[in-house]
Amino acid sequence: MPFKPVVLWTDALLFLLLASAIAFWWHARARPHLRRPWTKLAGSSRGMASLVFIGFFLVVGLLDSVHFRERIAGEGSSQQFAAQTRSLLDAIVGPLGSRTEKTYSAPLATHLFAKETVELADGARVRTYPRLRYGGAHLSDPASEWQADVLRTAIAGLGVAAILWNVLALAVTALVARRSQRSFTRSWHAIWHGLEAVPWRAILCSAGVLILLLAPLAVLSTKYHVLGTDKVGQDVFYLTLKSIRTGLLIATLSTLVMLPLATALGIMAGYFRGWVDDIIQYVYTTLNSIPGVLLIAAAVLMLQVYMGTHPEVFDTIEQRQDLRLLFLCLILGVTSWTGLCRLLRGETLKLREQEYVQAARAFGVSHVSIISRHILPNVMHIILIAVVMDFSGLVLAEAVLSYVGVGVDPTMTSFGNMINAARLEMAREPMVWWSLASAFVFMLMMVLSANLFADAVRDAFDPRVNGNGREHA
Amino acid sequence: MTAYLFRRILYVIPILLGVNLITFALFFFVNSPDDMARLALGGKRVTEESIERWKRDKGYDKPHFYNDAAAGTDRFTDTIFFTRSASMFALDFGVADDGRDIAQEIRTRMWPSLAIAVPTFVVGLAFYITFALILAFFRATYVDVSGVIVCVAAMSISSLFYIIGGQYLISKLWHLAPISGFGEGVSALKFLALPVAIGIVSSAGANARWYRTIFIEEINKDYVRTARAKGLSELRVLFRHVLHNAMIPILTGVVVIIPSLFLGSLIMESFFSIPGLGSYTIEAINNQDYGIVRAMVFLGSILYIVGLILTDVAYTLVDPRVRLD
Repeated sequence: MPFKPVVLWTDALLFLLLASAIAFWWHARARPHLRRPWTKLAGSSRGMASLVFIGFFLVVGLLDSVHFRERIAGEGSSQQFAAQTRSLLDAIVGPLGSRTEKTYSAPLATHLFAKETVELADGARVRTYPRLRYGGAHLSDPASEWQADVLRTAIAGLGVAAILWNVLALAVTALVARRSQRSFTRSWHAIWHGLEAVPWRAILCSAGVLILLLAPLAVLSTKYHVLGTDKVGQDVFYLTLKSIRTGLLIATLSTLVMLPLATALGIMAGYFRGWVDDIIQYVYTTLNSIPGVLLIAAAVLMLQVYMGTHPEVFDTIEQRQDLRLLFLCLILGVTSWTGLCRLLRGETLKLREQEYVQAARAFGVSHVSIISRHILPNVMHIILIAVVMDFSGLVLAEAVLSYVGVGVDPTMTSFGNMINAARLEMAREPMVWWSLASAFVFMLMMVLSANLFADAVRDAFDPRVNGNGREHA
Repeated sequence: MTAYLFRRILYVIPILLGVNLITFALFFFVNSPDDMARLALGGKRVTEESIERWKRDKGYDKPHFYNDAAAGTDRFTDTIFFTRSASMFALDFGVADDGRDIAQEIRTRMWPSLAIAVPTFVVGLAFYITFALILAFFRATYVDVSGVIVCVAAMSISSLFYIIGGQYLISKLWHLAPISGFGEGVSALKFLALPVAIGIVSSAGANARWYRTIFIEEINKDYVRTARAKGLSELRVLFRHVLHNAMIPILTGVVVIIPSLFLGSLIMESFFSIPGLGSYTIEAINNQDYGIVRAMVFLGSILYIVGLILTDVAYTLVDPRVRLD
């Protein structure tokens, strides 16, 4: 094999989560009562438009979670693999990750950001801005050609975007036409005037914005460092793309930790009441009373001591980063389950007095079956809403924690570490603003789409909200 | 009421004991004092003697819970748990790594923290509620819709960006306020303005939206319809009736954080170099000073529980239906 797959813990868990989400979708597909809120969600233009963006982040994150080590030499049993673990995303973006300059350079620049002493061919030394090794290296005279070349490339990028979007629109229209057995033009008319059940127009518009943003960036990044380079000369666009996985993992894996705890304990407390309730309430009041950041800080400090004294456990930097990330998710999950647990306890207290639960109990149905058949399905919407609502908060929390110094490993690319580094860059004269700006834009896109999607999910699943999205009196 | 409060305070003891045990387990079981000594002294080539000396200096050379070697009550009191953890109940936090008394340090550092946190809290609350009331007044119009959109966008921006952006714009570009630092007396005012303003703006989105939801929920109730039917003006309905009744859900979220204002804000204080408890904690985290972190965890839990009790008391003040007995 030309490569050897590497499965990090977080990768495995992320794909496990994805598989269970797909399994749940498959399960709900055939059941009308489970499908109804999803159909409603699919009809929300705000929800679907934000889902397009979430989809982009998800795809980038998943691609970045398929890790492998390339073969550098040997055949058969004597194969040798590169020490560096790469991901599918690295392979797709190609040289973007490896084209490192010496230090800072501005977006689209052809020269370094700082002056250096350069030795000329005739031996004389001058202080000047040296040319970049990769950014705009194809230009022979940057001063005269640069502007035209950037414009040409950007227009090419816009052209690519236009082609991509048209292909997408055609595909969607063809799909709608096939499904509704109408002609192509009439389907397009229906899509464009919002007559379809699924808000295709909103989806196409949002996809258009995304493509319009990404295609020029992608095309320009083949010739330039489109968002500049950071202190050690790494491409900021590449770092931003790599940060997406970290944010995504923090948000999803913490949920994976939090969900079983909150669900099991919350339902048990509400269903059994008595001493079980007392103990569970005691546990969550105690955990809740410790300030979250401090508990995380204390736990991460202890992890650092462990890592400092047991360096032999971690073979590669990736493994160390990975375990620290996993531990951070674990501790974030442990500190954040209490809210959902309390909600579920309250709802279960109400549900257990319902007639159908009483009847089931009278028939001698076991506690386990009552909980799994009658209680759990009826609190599902609370769980789902809580999960999507927490998502954006966890992405934001990663940045703050990394700033405080108790977040992900300092060597890992993440939005928090990018912002952290940017603090020193902002104090430079002239200012290095591009890493901060890129982190800002991509993080805002990620969190905003998550927030909008969470709102749509709440509207679709909350039984208190009726058909037109307004709350009941 | 007194009996209720007494019972609540009794209930606090097992919770604080739980917090104490959790932090104790986290700091002394996950890693043995030997590990901590090795890390604190640096490197792998640390002699057993220096580890022993470090442990003796810190008082970590005792058994965890039960001391066989001692006699009488000393069997329980001459242990790490008793001297390091249980002593915190008497607000004896011990000594930091730099030799200063932690309790004394907390007493002096809490004032700068309060100087930032209290104005941020009070002005912020007034601002959020007013803004939310305006949105509720214009509900289901373009004012409301655009207001909510602004809120969602604002809450999607990390607080770090607000701080960095605010420092850059106001201090570096427009020179309106010093970029960071802290002063004594009146001179502190100019240092406080920027962090307070940024503190308010950075959490405006989430808060205003939350209060708006509370108001909208309240506006749809029957008594509001009755008030309108009586011919009261919309403003009077909003301020007299809706705001008054919305106090109950608002108090749930607000009163509980009042005592925790003492702890200050971690990032705010470290960005603006304010010598408060927040920056104290951050420094402790960066210097790996476990004594301080443990003390802050314990203090934070006490303040949170005080907040919970205050919330209950506040209910009786605003809602005559609630009686504590």
